Amino acid sequence: MELIAATRVAKAQTRANEARPYAARITSVIEDLAKGGASATHPLLEAPETIGKVAYVVIAGDRGLAGPYNSTVIRAAERELMARTAEGIDYSLILIGKKARDYFAFRNYTVDAFYEGITDTPHYDSAREVAEYISEQFIDGDIDQVILIFTEFVSIGTQKLAVRQFLPLESVETIAEVGGGGELTAEFEFEPSADGVLESLLPRYVESRLFSALLDSSASEHANRQRAMKAATDNAEELITKLGRQLSSARQASITTEIMEIVGGAEALGGGDDDKIDKVAQLLQQN
Amino acid sequence: MSIHVEFVSPERIIFTAEAKEIIVRTSDGEIGFMPGHVPFVGVLQVAEARIYDIDGSTLHSFAVHRGFVEIANDHCTILSDVAEAAADIDPARAELAQRRAEEALAADNDDADAANALRRAQVRLDVSKKASA
Repeated sequence: MELIAATRVAKAQTRANEARPYAARITSVIEDLAKGGASATHPLLEAPETIGKVAYVVIAGDRGLAGPYNSTVIRAAERELMARTAEGIDYSLILIGKKARDYFAFRNYTVDAFYEGITDTPHYDSAREVAEYISEQFIDGDIDQVILIFTEFVSIGTQKLAVRQFLPLESVETIAEVGGGGELTAEFEFEPSADGVLESLLPRYVESRLFSALLDSSASEHANRQRAMKAATDNAEELITKLGRQLSSARQASITTEIMEIVGGAEALGGGDDDKIDKVAQLLQQN
Repeated sequence: MSIHVEFVSPERIIFTAEAKEIIVRTSDGEIGFMPGHVPFVGVLQVAEARIYDIDGSTLHSFAVHRGFVEIANDHCTILSDVAEAAADIDPARAELAQRRAEEALAADNDDADAANALRRAQVRLDVSKKASA
């Protein structure tokens, strides 16, 4: 299982890397729009004045045996949720991964949406499906804020829990700044218009952010599983060595006792010293 | 003078090339880019995207279903979650999809989904026909 997980990590990592250009380019288009003076009014950007209901999007795995991977994410989500509920803010749970559903359903939380079978190798279509559901709820005003809880893949050795605000989006200017700004180019032309482009771009941006969270989580899950399985293999090997030693010493002890008995028996039969040795040899052979 | 063009889907970079000319369809109609074009950002329609190689010998044709085109400093990026190269299109499947969409439209003329599906299937067929011709 360790080896299987190892190949999966490599694959998941490649996928995460391959997806990076799209995310980078979409951010760069938003930069262009910010420079082109797109008005920053879009339902996905608008923060409601009061927050009455927060949605938590929890990305966990479908399967266990991945060390602390699932429990870390799930606990963080529950902690966040309890803290907000204590302030009197309602919650909505959007769960990705069977493990997350099992946990929350068992504890009688209301689960509003649940997706499974997408975390192993996430596809863009699943990201779109989830993103569409979330955006719709947000735009309709059913939820006022969306928090995304997932595992960030830093390297094969390090994965970090990430709790991020997913919606409303930061303002267009902030997104552009994070993207690095870049040199100022000549004025852009937009078709149909800066606002028109922004309107169709933002949903894509939301999808792409969710998609990269899914890819990160997937790579993290496999890395965690590989580590857990490596630990399991190592432990089993240690156990084998220990038990092997115990077996040997027990065997040795029993042989020693047996020889002692035989020698004792030969002694009791009496006779000369040479004779004794012969008898012992005879008895040993019989045994 | 050439334009560096990149076709990027959310999952990977589909295609890169040095191009002489790029033709796509945005919401205002078809638009062609030659080297030195002013910076431009547009929303793509369901249509064919044509890329002429730098020596003019090869034409790369893609069926693009939605996305964006960005061009600045002779660097063109086409962002699309569904972009299919002519070789990857299965004409039989596209034809089947076209027939299904037509039937759905015949039953309900206001079916927007079916209209979109029909348009997509037609673009796919166009692109694949051109490639085989």
